Amino acid sequence: MTWIVRNLWLIPALPMLAAGVGALLKQGSRKLAASLAIGSMGMSFLLSLCAFAHVLGHGGPEMLNFGWLQFGTEWLRLGWVLDPLTAVMLVMVTFVGLLIFIYSVGYMEHDENFTRFFCFLALFAGGMLGVVIANSLLLLFMCWEIVGLTSYLLIGFWYANPKAAAAAKKAFIVTRIGDLGFFLGMMWLYAQTGTLLFYDGGAGCMEQTALAHMVAQGTVVGMAASTGIALLIFCGAAGKSGQVPLHVWLPDAMEGPTPVSALIHAATMVAAGVFLVARIYPLMSAGGATSTALQMVTWVGATTAVFGAIIAVAQYDIKRILAYSTVSQLGYMMMGLGVGGVSVGMFHLITHAFFKALLFLGAGSVIHGCSGEQDIRRMGGLRKYMPVTFAVYAVGMLALCGFPLFFSGFWSKDEILHAAHGWSISQAPFYMGAFGALLTAFYMTRQVYYVFAGASRLPEEGTEHAVHTPHESPAVMTVPLVILAAFAVLLGFIGTPAWPWFQAFLDGQHAALNFAAFHGEGLLPVMFASSLIVFAGLGAGWWFYGRKPIMDADAADAVGKLQPQIFSVLGHALYVDALYRVTVQRLNAWWARACEWMDRWIWNGAVQTVKYTVLGLAKLDDFVDTNVVNGGFDEGCQTVTVGGLILSLLQGGRVQSYMRMIGAALIVLVGFMIWSAR
Amino acid sequence: MNGIPWISVLTAVPIVGALAVLALGGRNKQLTRWVAMGFSLLALLLTLLIWHHFNGASGAMQFQERHVWVAMLGADYRVGIDGLGLLMLLLAAVVVPIGMAASWQINDRVPLYFALVLLLQSCLFGTFTALNFFHWFIFWELSLIPAFFLIRIWGGPKRAPAAMQFLVYTMVGSVAMLLAFLALFLATHTFDFTELAALAQSGQLMPAVVAKLSGHRFMTQHIAMLIFAGAFLGFAVKVPIVPFHTWLPDAYAEAPTGTTILLTGAMSKMGLYGILRILVPIFYPQMQRVLTPLLWLAVATIVLSGYSALAQKDLKRIFAYSSINHLGYCLLAIFAVLKFTGNDAALLSQKYAAMNGALLQMFNHGLTAAAVFWFIALLEKRSGGLRGRGDFGGLRKVVPVMAGLMGIALFSSLGLPGLNGFAGEFLIFKGVFPLAGWAAALSVLGLLVTAIFILGVIQRVFTGPLNPLWVTMSDLTAAERWSLAPVIALMFALGLYPQMVLAVTNSTVMQIVQQIKLAF
Repeated sequence: MTWIVRNLWLIPALPMLAAGVGALLKQGSRKLAASLAIGSMGMSFLLSLCAFAHVLGHGGPEMLNFGWLQFGTEWLRLGWVLDPLTAVMLVMVTFVGLLIFIYSVGYMEHDENFTRFFCFLALFAGGMLGVVIANSLLLLFMCWEIVGLTSYLLIGFWYANPKAAAAAKKAFIVTRIGDLGFFLGMMWLYAQTGTLLFYDGGAGCMEQTALAHMVAQGTVVGMAASTGIALLIFCGAAGKSGQVPLHVWLPDAMEGPTPVSALIHAATMVAAGVFLVARIYPLMSAGGATSTALQMVTWVGATTAVFGAIIAVAQYDIKRILAYSTVSQLGYMMMGLGVGGVSVGMFHLITHAFFKALLFLGAGSVIHGCSGEQDIRRMGGLRKYMPVTFAVYAVGMLALCGFPLFFSGFWSKDEILHAAHGWSISQAPFYMGAFGALLTAFYMTRQVYYVFAGASRLPEEGTEHAVHTPHESPAVMTVPLVILAAFAVLLGFIGTPAWPWFQAFLDGQHAALNFAAFHGEGLLPVMFASSLIVFAGLGAGWWFYGRKPIMDADAADAVGKLQPQIFSVLGHALYVDALYRVTVQRLNAWWARACEWMDRWIWNGAVQTVKYTVLGLAKLDDFVDTNVVNGGFDEGCQTVTVGGLILSLLQGGRVQSYMRMIGAALIVLVGFMIWSAR
Repeated sequence: MNGIPWISVLTAVPIVGALAVLALGGRNKQLTRWVAMGFSLLALLLTLLIWHHFNGASGAMQFQERHVWVAMLGADYRVGIDGLGLLMLLLAAVVVPIGMAASWQINDRVPLYFALVLLLQSCLFGTFTALNFFHWFIFWELSLIPAFFLIRIWGGPKRAPAAMQFLVYTMVGSVAMLLAFLALFLATHTFDFTELAALAQSGQLMPAVVAKLSGHRFMTQHIAMLIFAGAFLGFAVKVPIVPFHTWLPDAYAEAPTGTTILLTGAMSKMGLYGILRILVPIFYPQMQRVLTPLLWLAVATIVLSGYSALAQKDLKRIFAYSSINHLGYCLLAIFAVLKFTGNDAALLSQKYAAMNGALLQMFNHGLTAAAVFWFIALLEKRSGGLRGRGDFGGLRKVVPVMAGLMGIALFSSLGLPGLNGFAGEFLIFKGVFPLAGWAAALSVLGLLVTAIFILGVIQRVFTGPLNPLWVTMSDLTAAERWSLAPVIALMFALGLYPQMVLAVTNSTVMQIVQQIKLAF
């Protein structure tokens, strides 16, 4: 085993260590905290590159497993694995993470909790990298929860703002609902296979023996155990990756600082759900390439893709538009996994990580330049003031829209659409995906026109919400943006049909350059169609928002004017939150009150009934004592209840008789037993 | 080892300490506190030494001592520990200093307070080591007395009824148990747990009792179940199991918080310990007949108490219910393990996992609950006794260190991986899922609702705009930070390396589980 496999644990451990040290630093040690986080992330990045280079030469999977705890004669083992999937994710997470860490130095410059921010960021990176290298579903779950914790901490980073605090709690709880399914699925998997290691030289739960066993195993509802387990684990993935109906936390998560939105709620953590499905793909596809589990993944993904995009059309908050866009893109990734397999979904995950991080950081730069303004109606004309930001944002936007040929999003999204087109179950996901692509191009065009074109609608100097003249962000922020922009373009070329290097790498194969591949089954028509769709979306966006410059911040939205009611429903995100409020939340609160009521009146009521019955009997006994029996019996009682009397000195009258009753009953019963034993 | 009666010495140390503290009197309160703390730390040190000499590879009783005491009653003084006993000793030894530290601000009748705490510790040590019913029961009952007075004298406004309810309720359970054991004694002339268990396993125990006590047809048929019910009630009240839990929220809430720590951290484990040490080996055949309802009760304990916690407004009541909820997982594991008597290896492994998880959870809950209540005590100290969930708001601004450290304790209670709460819960569910899938599936609701109310507490107490009342609240002092540090460190250590505890418990768990197998 080579050095890098043995020491793969260092990659998550270094940021974790930085977080641990950072937690002990004083508020004032800003430079040290940032250097620790960035330094550890830099080292992890270098190690990840080593790991990547190693996999290039060796393929995978190579793993190292170790015992964590023992019950009975059995050791519960954890471990890490290095395979192409791990390597790709490692490089992506550390690289994007590193850039965002650097960017944060500029963005969070004025924040009083700067030190804590980098501590949390580093902890997040550690957890996320742990998820990536884990060779055990348990270890993955543990890191997954730590990532959830940091997401919670960072969404609620501006804790004095009640909205941020509420959003943080919501994120944790909604994802935990999914995680309960994950947890049960994990238990079931453990029970079925006796191991939680993915790869263990043939004995792992993602290897042939275990899979065959699970497929053969039926359950009560007639589906194979493998399907049940896969669906349960998918609940966790859906929660983390914001799939409908568990997507509600992700838009609210935008209350966190923008670098957090970029790193955690766009590029890495939310993609962890997609990664999880990719990791357990052998289980997902245990029933064949169109297994029930994968069909479920496809439908949920396709629904989410349309759902997110349609809501994004009617949002005004620059970050919320991107958040719903993220929801939608995560849907694409899931759909890609469902219809086309690991490489299809993962390719979009990687390209999306770069261009969405770019968009969020660009949005952050805009917000930073506009002194915290987030409403796109109050922006406008920023192209003039922030040329670099505008340029990179445009690149990110075109990549997200899937502008043909030159942008990475085109290639990765096209591959998903192509796979959906060839899906044997139904054509609906293909049309849903195409519709989503149209909407994506439309809402991004709308956003860019609102923000960068037209007249500046920032509140004037001297008015209530006055802001300074917008300014370009410092180099520490723009340089990472430019680097991300470069990758948002270049990454596409490692996964084109002519040279599917990325896909081949994940499958452990070698890809040759072959332009003839473009003539493959249905490929060019799909590419052509998707290009047309993108142009249609861009054109429609221009028609509504670009033709006439938007001059007035209070003017109604051009689309909103056409269909005000539908637009308002979309603006409220289809009232899903409200629906949950009146159903799930209300039921939960009602049930809590019911439990409290039962506690007070039923359980305690029973106890009180017994108490008063006994007290009544005691009174009766007392009465009989004093009036019928002479004092001799009393004396006998008292010797027994001395302890009770001491206590009852502290008490009012009733208790004495209570204690006496117990004493008397005890004597009678003991007497009875001794007598009957003779 | 080396001829030293370790356990007797250990049990005696707190009593000596109690006498010393009383002898010192109340002139120098600070000295009194430190002397008491010194004795509890000495007990901790002794326990650690015992742990050091303990052979974890053996599931047998170690450090045994045996002396004839009241021969006529078969009441030997017999003590010893296995992994379960040692774990409970360690827990009691860790929790009592925490309880003392959290009681530091108590100013009224200081010597008596600390003497009672030490007496309680002695009772705990006695209960966890006794192997003969006679003096086990003495310690078990005796522990109520200091607990009662601690609540009665130093408690909150409604302390009198709360203390009384606590005492009477648990005593009713105890009396029922005493009667059950008297019946056993009459039939067998022994109080020794090991001997009784051996009789039970060979199937002679209950026939002997029936032969002795049968006078009436009803008795013949039901005496065995009656005796079991009596013994069970004693433990069910103590743990507690829903619906025998109503004494607990009042007692925990009204007790001074330092005492609540002792109640939840250590005393609540007496019930579970008793179930494992006494109920299971001796009454297994009777228990076997009611395990399905018992499993339901365990699930009810988990879910109902979790939701009740959600409806509470007083921080102490929230975590009182949370305590019931956490111990419910232990019950779930124990009952699920008992329910399935098959002998195949795969099932056996699940039982080992669940049972180890239950023991780990007992320790972890003790540690975490003690820490959480300690933080509540620290909050109360700063708020002048206010401790409503809604009395604070935005405190993280003024007390960031407390917010951070209490956050760690709360997330440990929530079962976050990496902290101590997770491993136990994982093992419990790992074992219970294949044994009783529906029970495990329903019980995860408890995990969810725990997250909801704990995050609710954090949200209301520490985040949002700062409540103007607390602008001047002071953060943890250096002394408080240093005394909290070992507890927090232990949480991380156990979270990352739970094998520390499992190395102690595993052999004992195998013994307990195999014993169940033998019984049938």
